[in-house]
Order: sequence, then C-alpha cells, then structure tokens
Amino acid sequence: MRDPLSKQIREIKPSGIRKFFDVVNEMPDAISLGVGEPDFDTPWHIRDEGIYSLEKGRTFYTSNSGLKELKEEICNYLKRSQGLEYDYRHQVIVTVGGSEAIDIALRAMLDPGDEVLIPQPCYVSYDPCTILAGGVPVPINLKHENEFRLTAQELRDAITPKTKVLIMPFPNNPTGAIMEKEDLEAIAEVIIEHDLYVISDEIYAELTYKDKHVSIATLEGLKERTILINGFSKAYAMTGWRLGYAVGPVEIIEQMTKIHQFAIMCAPTTSQYAAVEALKNGDEDVANMRESYNQRRRYLMHAFKEMGLECFEPYGAFYVFPCIKEFGMTSEEFATKLLETEKVAVVPGTAFGDCGEGFVRISYAYSLDNLKLAIGRINDFITKLRNRKEQA
Amino acid sequence: MREKILSIIEKNSRVDMRELAIILGTDEIDIANELKAMEEEGIICGYHTLIDWEKTNIEKVSALIEVRVTPQRGQGFDTIAERIYKYPEVNSVYLISGGYDLLVSLEGKSLKEVSSFVTNKLSTLDSVLSTATHFILKKYKDHGTIMTKKYEDERMKVTP
Repeated sequence: MRDPLSKQIREIKPSGIRKFFDVVNEMPDAISLGVGEPDFDTPWHIRDEGIYSLEKGRTFYTSNSGLKELKEEICNYLKRSQGLEYDYRHQVIVTVGGSEAIDIALRAMLDPGDEVLIPQPCYVSYDPCTILAGGVPVPINLKHENEFRLTAQELRDAITPKTKVLIMPFPNNPTGAIMEKEDLEAIAEVIIEHDLYVISDEIYAELTYKDKHVSIATLEGLKERTILINGFSKAYAMTGWRLGYAVGPVEIIEQMTKIHQFAIMCAPTTSQYAAVEALKNGDEDVANMRESYNQRRRYLMHAFKEMGLECFEPYGAFYVFPCIKEFGMTSEEFATKLLETEKVAVVPGTAFGDCGEGFVRISYAYSLDNLKLAIGRINDFITKLRNRKEQA
Repeated sequence: MREKILSIIEKNSRVDMRELAIILGTDEIDIANELKAMEEEGIICGYHTLIDWEKTNIEKVSALIEVRVTPQRGQGFDTIAERIYKYPEVNSVYLISGGYDLLVSLEGKSLKEVSSFVTNKLSTLDSVLSTATHFILKKYKDHGTIMTKKYEDERMKVTP
C-alpha cells in the first residue's frame, strides 16, 4: 500500500506535552499544576445567555466573520481597553479559539520559504502552524536574565532577508513574561526597519498584574502591520466555548476570512451570543478573577523565595516558570521524578521550546488550598534533592 | 486594602494574617492593624462558621417569619424589632420594604418549638398585627456557599 501520510505531517513532532500528559493521566491521585486553563467556571450570566440563545432557537450559522453584534462589541472593547479603532465590518473575524486565528493568519500571510520568528519558550502551536502554512519557523531563544522579554538585539540577530512575520506571544505562556511599553518601543523600530508583520497573540491580555497590558498595535506605525489575536478562553474562563478573534489590516483579515469560510464556516453560534454578554457585562468578573490569580501568584512567589527556588517575578498569564538547574537534572527528569515521588504534576519547560530546558511551568489556575498542598510536596522534594547533593 | 481583606475573610475567616499579608502583597502588621480597626469600628461583627446541620445528627428546624406590625410614634420599628431580636432563638431580624414589615429568621429544635414561639411569644406582642411562618425545607445555598454539591475539578490534568 502507498504511504497515506504527507511528508510535511511527518516532519511535525507531536506536542512535547502529550507524552507527559499520558503519564499523569494514569495517576488519578496526582495533584496537577499542569493545566493551561482557568479553574473558574464561566460566569453564570454568560452561560445563561448561551442557554437563552438555544431556547430562542438561535441554532443556525452566523455570517462567516461572525455576528455583527459581537464584532461591534469586540471593537468597543479594543477601543476602551487599548484605544484601538477597527472597523467591525472589514477588520474583525471571529474564530474558533485564538488557536484558529493563529493558524489562518499564518496561512494568509506566508509563501513557501518565508521565515517566521518565534520567541521561545512559547505556546506549542506557532511552530507546527508555520510549517503547515509552508513557512519556516525560526526560534528566538529568550533569556531568563531578561525575564524572558524579547530585546531589540535578539530580534535584529534573528532577521534574514526571508523573515516576514514576527510572533509576539505576550503575556506569555509558559513563562508569565510580559512586554511593557518601553520593551515594545525598543523592538518596534526594528520591525518597521525590516518591514516585518506581527502576529500578536494577546489571549492573556486581561491577566496582567503590574500595569495594564499594552498591545503592540497601539505603537506608531504598528497597527497597519499587526494581526492582533485575542479570545474569551482566559479572560472569561470560556475555554470550552472555543471562541477567539483577530483584528488587523483589511487585506489580511479578508484573506483570513476566506480560509475560515472554507475550513470552518463560522464560529459556534451559541458561543458567540454568550460572548456578546461577556464583553457587555463581564468586566467585573474579569477583575475578580484577576485579583484571585494575583493573590495566588504572590503566594507562589513568596513560597519559592522561602524554598530558595530561583524564579523571576512574572507579571502575566497564570504561570510561574522557576529555574531548576541547581538540581542537575533535565526539566523532564525533574518533572518525572516529582510526579513519581510526590505525585505533583508540573510541565517540563522543554515542552515549550528547547530554551525551556532547566525550567518547569507551574500553573496557578488552582485554588490556594490546592497550591499550598502541592507547594508543600514540592518543598519536600527539593529538600531531599539538596540533601542528597550535599551527601554526595 | 480594606475591601480586599473583607472580600477574602468574608469567604474564609480562618485565613491567618501572615497568609493574608502574602497574598495581598503587604505586611502582617498592616493587616493586623486593619483587622483590629475594622473590629473596633463594628465593620467586622464576628467570625462565624457556616454549618450544614442536615449532615449532623442534631435536629434543627429553621423558619422565616413575615411579621406585620404597627410602628410606634417617635420610635418607628426600632422598639418592636428590639423586642423580637432579644429572643435568643431568633437568628436575624430585617426591616423589609413591601407587603410586610419585619422578616424574622428563627431556629428551633422542632416544628413544635418554632410554632410555640410564634403563637405564644411573637403574635402576642402588642404591636404585632399578623405573622406568616415559612418553614425551610432545604438549603441549597447559604452565605454564598452552595450546600448541595462539592466542587470537582473536571479539567484535563495537563494542557498546553
């Protein structure tokens, strides 16, 4: 029989997290700090609106780019949160999660051989989506000493004549790093100088714990070269609703809509109605969840300090990314041992790129009680490791 | 800061000061001072425990009683409210807008005890015009806490 598979798909490695995931799932009594989604339920008034839309029989397709009302609310939100103005008719597309937006943005923009700069560690989908779109992923290894922010020099060093797109994954999963206004200004020049386009994945925009998030699209000359991606999963605890969006220059959004139209048709209608409610009346829910995450973040930072575990202070998303190099193990060994001996699951940093080696991702999308229990066990674990090292 | 402290201890009054200081990013001494000040100012009135008596062997009956009264000249509802809230079996007394005046919640050992309180003590008060007693059959949610279901984490254990 012929090989049923394409050469391209064989080139793509399965997500590094999957192997680990299988092991964790075989341990039902393990405490996991490994999830990438909020622990909160979707606020009831938002769910209620979804239910109401079903009761009213709103069970049909929406237009390809999404419900008019939702697109208007998305524009209102971007105006009030970032001061950004987009035309809801031509510059917005509602997608199946932020993930779809990433995929179709790359597919709309890349020709074979175009290089895409991907600051790592980062979410797992940019690399394979670039390959599937015919592009060449080029990692930029971010550094712990820069708190995993992207510097102008790092960007400059990675650019070649083939570079077309820069992915901006901030606030960052897995590091929790953010890019503040000054950081963005420093790289903006380079982007414009080299005529790059930006895909800015701002899915964690509402979850920052210092100043308010600043979108790179707000910088002079960047709006016309940026596809801004956001969604409802993290801010409103709506992961299962699968709803995101992209805004940007008309000619790119138009082509993204074309791909979306043929591959997806439209994002789920129920979710779109619920999302209108989220944007209209959900600000207080977001503020409350943000405050809870921040409390847990402070708790973890404090606990790490007491344990003497090296960790820069992250100001975004709901992850901390402590350094485990002192134990002389790889991230995967560390995570596996921790799981075996103390039954706590954390994710090896290498699941998010090679430069995640020496780090683990700990999610604080868990109740404080849960975190306390897990931290107690992690403390036992590293104390034992240190004692053993001293004896040796 | 007060608002944050209150919103945390409203849900969990057992959280210790050290932990409050850590999660709010401040000093223990500031937390202690704020708590003390709020106790003195009567903002914090107590640190109670929410108990689901249903799950114990102890028999309890609770009721809500709507009370219509004649307000008294110069004192409004205060005097009659005081006469009612002084009974130890009375849990709460609210002055209510609408069809009746006071809403009284009550706890007793048995149906008989509660009804005897209503007939012998409450209805016989001079200014009480009428009462309507509603027995509570089941508490689904109390003080913001859902009593019937336990939270279960249904998320996948590891996701990117």
